[in-house]
Amino acid sequence: MIETRALRKSYGSSLVLDEVSLTLPRGGITSIIGANGAGKSTLLSVISRLLTADSGAVSIDSQDIFRAAGPELARKLAVLRQDNHLNARLTVKELVSFGRYPHSKGRLTPACREAVNHAMTWLDLTALSDRFLDQLSGGQRQRAFVAMTLAQETDYILLDEPLNNLDMKNARAMMLTLRQAVQALQKTVVMVLHDINFASVHSDRIIAMKAGRVIHSGTPAQIITPAILRDVYDMEITVQEIDGHRFAFYYG
Amino acid sequence: MQPEARILPVTPAQSETRAQLALILLGGGVFLAAALFMTLGARGSWAFVLQFRGMKLLGLILIAHAVAVSTVLFQTVTANRILTPSIMGFDALFVLSSTLLIAFMGSVQLSGLDPRLLFAARLIVMTLFSMALYRWLFLGEEQSLHRLLLTGVVFGIFLRTLAEFVQRMLDPNEFMVLSDMLFASFTKIDPVLMGIGWALVLAVTLWLARNLARLDVIGLGRPVAVNLGIRWRRDVLLVLALVSVLVAVSTALVGPVTFFGLLAASLARLAVGTTRHAVLLPAASLTAMLLLIGGQTLLERLFAFNTALGIVIEFFGGVVFLILLLKGGRR
Ligand SMILES: Nc1ncnc2c1ncn2[C@@H]1O[C@H](COP(=O)(O)OP(=O)(O)OP(=O)(O)O)[C@@H](O)[C@H]1O
Ligand SMILES: [Mg+2]
Repeated sequence: MIETRALRKSYGSSLVLDEVSLTLPRGGITSIIGANGAGKSTLLSVISRLLTADSGAVSIDSQDIFRAAGPELARKLAVLRQDNHLNARLTVKELVSFGRYPHSKGRLTPACREAVNHAMTWLDLTALSDRFLDQLSGGQRQRAFVAMTLAQETDYILLDEPLNNLDMKNARAMMLTLRQAVQALQKTVVMVLHDINFASVHSDRIIAMKAGRVIHSGTPAQIITPAILRDVYDMEITVQEIDGHRFAFYYG
Repeated sequence: MQPEARILPVTPAQSETRAQLALILLGGGVFLAAALFMTLGARGSWAFVLQFRGMKLLGLILIAHAVAVSTVLFQTVTANRILTPSIMGFDALFVLSSTLLIAFMGSVQLSGLDPRLLFAARLIVMTLFSMALYRWLFLGEEQSLHRLLLTGVVFGIFLRTLAEFVQRMLDPNEFMVLSDMLFASFTKIDPVLMGIGWALVLAVTLWLARNLARLDVIGLGRPVAVNLGIRWRRDVLLVLALVSVLVAVSTALVGPVTFFGLLAASLARLAVGTTRHAVLLPAASLTAMLLLIGGQTLLERLFAFNTALGIVIEFFGGVVFLILLLKGGRR
């Protein structure tokens, strides 16, 4: 279980997280939605100890994340940021293998190799495994980074806009992969999504943020409604139910 | 795609071969340069020549290794390829520490002191200084390379000027002792200092050899490294402390060299085409040795120049610095 208590964070005079208190139970997919600049990435970074809050606390399975030992936490929680730029020149396979570092400290065991291969298969990277990252398209690179996060084999997986740059097919495949990981391996996935229809179809919970606050949270059925979406995005959005899923229409 | 991508290997197999080839060639080059350095133009007693030049060679190897390794480590933890410890003023810090030590203790007490103890004192003062000064620079959560570059260069100038300023306030006797301490050169390397230097540098190298994977992870940058369980603050401070030790050793032996490390590290990066520390660290170290030993042999034995090597290396290092700056600005 991930709990945050009264998180506050400001840059200069602008408050980016405003008393965010959340409880995310174990298991399932939670999507965080909201407009640009709402504070989604900041929240995810604070939860995953990449950023310190000005005040408040975060705990995972009742353990304070800043008091948890680094390597131990890295075997429990993996995080992928929105933008990933590396100074190092790596192949896909080398990058994904880095995901094993918390377990093996650089010496890959047979179990490590298996995890790396699985992660690459899930994200359809096997054919690209020997390519350098600077020889990949944006979506291929994004999948490589997600594969590294999965190879870490943690209970909690935090992803900031994992569908960035992905085409329809790969976006759907990634969501199904994550669904499967949640169902078969009892993972807990928390991700920031801009495509609210993906959030609607695949999430167990949706959290909506605006101006540094969590303004709504609930099941897709509760959140994907014209009234709430208007509140979140300040625009009119039609919602229709098709095959038991709720879809938002905002293209016209 | 970056402009250098054209000369980088395209497949992992090519990359592996290229790295191995580069290491073998560099190693062979160093061996050859060392053999020439030891034997070329020798006259008189061989025993004397070999002992005399052997000492010098050991000194050159030590300095090259310390400068190159400290540069690569520093660039890894700061995620940049332009700044080096000496551009940031680490060596000026060492000069400053020595100056302050003399200013406060007086030359009389110092000259009576065991040189090993004195070196230890300078080293400790410098390491503490660098920890205090640089922790806020490198440990922030959001880093901008441009801010780092700017503050880095300004800091280097500031520290050098400060050291000079304090030196001007010393009385002439103390200044004499200080310049003796600071301006050692290739031709009069202190054997005691060299012994300490070798011991320290070997210890650092041993630690590095056992932590290559950790360095690779640190090289992925703070967010990814923290995600993979690196204790960023602790590890970066530790690496910066090791850098301080290496810089202290080389500065104590030959005085400040500003661009040598950058030259060696940049050439090594080009040669091996990989960022893996298991390859990059030895490559940088060998490149530095080749430059220093080869350069010294050429200038001293072939052209009979004596002190020009430092200037030549600094010139080419400076050119590399400018190229990197301009390239970095365009990106
Ligand atoms: N390093 C920083 N310095 C100053 N302000 C920042 C910094 N990082 C983020 N902000 C500000 O904090 C606010 C929240 O940023 P955050 O990245 O959390 O938004 P987001 O919800 O992830 O947006 P997006 O959907 O565009 O990714 C924004 O207004 C942003 O401008
Ligand atoms: Mg964001």
